[in-house]
Amino acid sequence: MNLLTIFKVALKSLGRNPVRSFLSCLGIGIGIVAVILAMAIGQGAKTMMVKEISSMGNNLVMVFPERRRTGAVSGGMGQGQTMTAKDAEAIKKELAHLVQGVSPQVRTSVQMMYGAKNWAGNVQGVSTDVLMISNWTVTDGRFFTADEERACARVCAIGTTVRANLFADDENPVGKTIRLKNMTFRVIGVLGSKGANNWGQDQDDVVMAPYTSVQRYLQRSKFQNINMMNLSLITMDDLEEARREVTSLLRQRHHLADYQDNDFETRDTTEIMNTIGSVTGIVGVLLLIFSVITLIVGGIGIMNIMLVSVTERIKEIGLRMSIGATPLSILTQFCLEAIVLATVGGAAGVAVGIGASYAVGALAGWPVLVEVSSAVYAFLISSVVGLFFGFYPAYRASKLNPIDCLRYE
Amino acid sequence: MAHLIEIRDMYKIYAIGDEPVHALDGVSLTVDDGEFVAIMGSSGSGKSTMLNILGCLDVPTKGSYLLDGIEVARRTPTELAHIRNRKLGFVFQNFNLLPRTSALENVELPDLYRGRLNVRERRRRAMELLARVGLRGRERHTPAQLSGGQQQRVAIARALMNNPPVVFADEPTGNLDTKSSIEIMNLFTELSNEGITIVMVTHEDDIAAYAKRHVVMRDGRVMRDDRGEGGRKTTEQVSQLVKEALA
Repeated sequence: MNLLTIFKVALKSLGRNPVRSFLSCLGIGIGIVAVILAMAIGQGAKTMMVKEISSMGNNLVMVFPERRRTGAVSGGMGQGQTMTAKDAEAIKKELAHLVQGVSPQVRTSVQMMYGAKNWAGNVQGVSTDVLMISNWTVTDGRFFTADEERACARVCAIGTTVRANLFADDENPVGKTIRLKNMTFRVIGVLGSKGANNWGQDQDDVVMAPYTSVQRYLQRSKFQNINMMNLSLITMDDLEEARREVTSLLRQRHHLADYQDNDFETRDTTEIMNTIGSVTGIVGVLLLIFSVITLIVGGIGIMNIMLVSVTERIKEIGLRMSIGATPLSILTQFCLEAIVLATVGGAAGVAVGIGASYAVGALAGWPVLVEVSSAVYAFLISSVVGLFFGFYPAYRASKLNPIDCLRYE
Repeated sequence: MAHLIEIRDMYKIYAIGDEPVHALDGVSLTVDDGEFVAIMGSSGSGKSTMLNILGCLDVPTKGSYLLDGIEVARRTPTELAHIRNRKLGFVFQNFNLLPRTSALENVELPDLYRGRLNVRERRRRAMELLARVGLRGRERHTPAQLSGGQQQRVAIARALMNNPPVVFADEPTGNLDTKSSIEIMNLFTELSNEGITIVMVTHEDDIAAYAKRHVVMRDGRVMRDDRGEGGRKTTEQVSQLVKEALA
């Protein structure tokens, strides 16, 4: 008896018990649906996070002053006072072979006013390079120039959230004068919207002004310290070298002796990417464990049904043996039945899982990403599960003695 | 001339508890081509064990069994399966048809495991055999839609599918009413007249009367082997024979 015939026999046997076949498919099917769904949502979330991280900046490396300690209390990141805009200028000048842009950043939170409206928010003092570094665009008007930066001009570009809160929808803010704290600044441009970032922070709730003006008019500090600086590397391949050179340059500028620790820290998006990678890696391992458990449960369901089926059809097995079925053909028949059950369940699970993923994505507004490979794996694995869990019942059937089967009551 | 079936000094010993039970206790028997043999005896006489071993469904503890000139007493399960498939046909007391499967497919089954015919030839042969046993027009019926007698006819057609040299019947009328029993036994008689070798186990004298040769067993031994030289016996003659054998 060839394999194809045995396959037909197996299909026919399953067809004689459609409800039971359906129910035994169901376990593995639901398992596969869950796996596909979880993978799709996980992959979608990961893709979205990676996309957002890259939107943070272009080959971005951030440099923060060291965290300042006052006794046992640690200040927040960027609160140290060890870094100045001069450091940023030095990096730009001396590391031009590695860095395509540098922007110091000072931050201050102010009350903004225009006419009768007011809004509280952050003013970022930056340099002109920030546009290129952080992928900002200007939709109306223009950004400030290097000349304005040098001249401490009281000009600013505003984010869409600030615009919406200070100006009427039909009013063009470009050319209008707003008050930041108690200083007047002229709005020269509106920034393109970047939306919320990964942490839900509204990136459009921002006013950008030359860092010189912010230091002079808004901070009024006698120190020239900055909160951080953003560097854009020419290529991420130079990351290690750039970090090294930035470190040695800043150590030199800060007159640090060999025994002293750095008074600054560098961060880059690969670290954040790695963090996301390890988080999604953990989620991936959890998913894997979850899938394995699901498949084992589904497989045990199939094994259960197959054991019942062998016992129930013991007379059929005896009859088949008495008219010439070899142990191998009995083994093959029952294995194939289990594989068919698992594979049909798996295929249905893949189909429903993909549908459910997109449905969930559409209903909940989550990004989902169904990878073809995961669907193919799910399908293949389900047939392997069928073979694995179907083998024992099939083996038992094949080892039966025809006489015992025929006499079985 | 070689015998179709030749068993020599055959033992089948079961270990039930501490006591070994001799289901067959040194039996020797030969059956020639074209014979119609009834193996008789009360329950526990060893007649079913005998039929199982003859039918290659079971292996003897000791002794030799030549079937069609081949030693089959020591064979692997797979080899035995091939022998059953090619050389033997079975008719059981409880028909043993596949449920929810048409008569036609049930009859086709032995060749499915053999793969000698292609799909069309197989179908045609199964149709012919069903017609031969009087079931023309019922090829698509499932066992549940057939009477007991009709189911046993399907089983007989199935037994003939691979053209075996010998057909074994185990109480073929045990589950049938008198009328169906007579029809089935008439069918066996016709098959026998066509030259098919039949070995049947029964404990009913009237059923045994259809056979030409009678083997009476008790306690795993052959008590009487009547080759029926005197022509066909009546039920009374068979009863007499059994009574004498066991006296």
